[in-house]
Amino acid sequence: MTDYSQTLIDLGYIVASILFIVGIKMLGRPERARRGNLVSALGMLIAIVAVLFECCIDFTWVISGLVIGSLIGLIAARTVKMTSMPQMVALLNGFGGIASFLVGWENYHSQPDSTLFVRVAVLLAVLIGGVAFSGSLVAYGKLAGKISGRPILIGGHRWLTIGILAALMICSALLIYFPPGPLLYVVFVLFMALSLALGVFGVIPIGGADMPVVIALLNSYSGLAACAAGFIILNNVLIVAGSLVGASGLILTGIMCKAMNRSLGNVLFSGFKAVSSTAATTTVQGEPKSITPEDAYYILEAARSVVIVPGYGMAVAQAQHAVRELGEILENNGAEVRYAIHPVAGRMPGHMNVLLAEANVLYEQLAEMDDVNPIMETVDVCIVIGANDVVNPAAREIESSPIYGMPVINADKARTVLILKRSMAAGFAGVENPLFVKENSRMLFGDAKATVQQLVAEFKES
Amino acid sequence: MSIGLLIFVFVLAIFLGVELISKVPSQLHTPLMSGTNAISGITIVGALTATGTGADLLGNILGTAALIFATVNVVGGYLVTNRMLAMFKLRGKEKK
Repeated sequence: MTDYSQTLIDLGYIVASILFIVGIKMLGRPERARRGNLVSALGMLIAIVAVLFECCIDFTWVISGLVIGSLIGLIAARTVKMTSMPQMVALLNGFGGIASFLVGWENYHSQPDSTLFVRVAVLLAVLIGGVAFSGSLVAYGKLAGKISGRPILIGGHRWLTIGILAALMICSALLIYFPPGPLLYVVFVLFMALSLALGVFGVIPIGGADMPVVIALLNSYSGLAACAAGFIILNNVLIVAGSLVGASGLILTGIMCKAMNRSLGNVLFSGFKAVSSTAATTTVQGEPKSITPEDAYYILEAARSVVIVPGYGMAVAQAQHAVRELGEILENNGAEVRYAIHPVAGRMPGHMNVLLAEANVLYEQLAEMDDVNPIMETVDVCIVIGANDVVNPAAREIESSPIYGMPVINADKARTVLILKRSMAAGFAGVENPLFVKENSRMLFGDAKATVQQLVAEFKES
Repeated sequence: MSIGLLIFVFVLAIFLGVELISKVPSQLHTPLMSGTNAISGITIVGALTATGTGADLLGNILGTAALIFATVNVVGGYLVTNRMLAMFKLRGKEKK
């Protein structure tokens, strides 16, 4: 290959990097987000075409890999339901992680005489990629309901995790200081297994309600793994794109943590504490007032301003279309309808926004927590649909509460609060919610979708 | 390419990333995450470099497996993000 064509390939990488930067910037602005995604996809295409000119001796493997991967990706993206989006994002993220993991393994396998620098990069790609992969798979399992969303604790969990970390350090020291050989290959395989185990044990004790933080963090990891892969093949486009993703994932993680008023360490390790703290929580005094959909209809019929607060329960019941219908009926009835979205409502960052967008709720009706809280006192009815912790007034009032200090939507300040809930069970981590027994609260027990449909039917009958 | 230069690029890109996305409206959190997730599929370039150059059969299988996973990540990631953003865009138009 001549120097001239190598320069062209490098230019291709530079153009791709610029398109990624521009694409990410546009993704942060509502009116340009879609074009931003296309811009970054174009960058990806250019990067792939550029590398095809300098890699690849045997195209049969390359073409079959590209075709199989594209087909799977195409079918998965076309058929996935919007309600399954959190687990889909988790799964795709895991695939990115395992790809970097395998790139690291392949390099170690095929080029055992590599430099010290490359060997360190291989270990980082395997470690971070492995954690991103197995962690994402556990997150996928929790989100898809295949494993329990509650924090799962195994006896001596903390010691097990510390043991894995220590073993990883010993293995990496061996792998860095000694040149590769048959015996060290065994150590390398152990290192890979430990990396995967670390992801599993890191995510499994984290409860479902903290998933937005975990998903954002794993997203960051898969970017950093790609970055490490870039150091293996000494390629700048991987380093630029990978670190952009790593940085954006970390920022999103920070936003999610701030929305819960918790530190990242607290989210990652609080599963250890959750079990002991629930016993200390005081039970809330008072009886919840249960009403029928018919009573609720009379309350809503008279309401002039309504705020709807959706939560994970709405996603589980797949009630978003019924909720939008109710919202439209209330508007036609002369009420002003807004949706108040808490940043960590649901199981991934922005989960509620995606669901309501799918149901064609107007963009202008979606209000963020900080916009809706100041006007809450003027709201006639606040309808809480499958949300619990994000509207818990204990976060403001009860200092001993585990969620004290977390910013919440002040649903209790509305004149009347309608709460749609399956049962009186406490939310994540067993935090009692005094909202349910407040003077102005009315409970509508049952499946969220069925209840909303009953309300819609009441309006249609009259 | 010298190692120092690679690390230089890495540090600059991290800073750029932090500066780039300081404030994101919450309705874009999911698309941003899924869009950057597709970008992390850039490891496909690493997979392509590794594919078909392996020392033996296992090397080739590892490279190809990496390529398949990375391709699913790239293709699936961009399409899913586009699908999501299409819903957001639709609403903006309706209102106007």
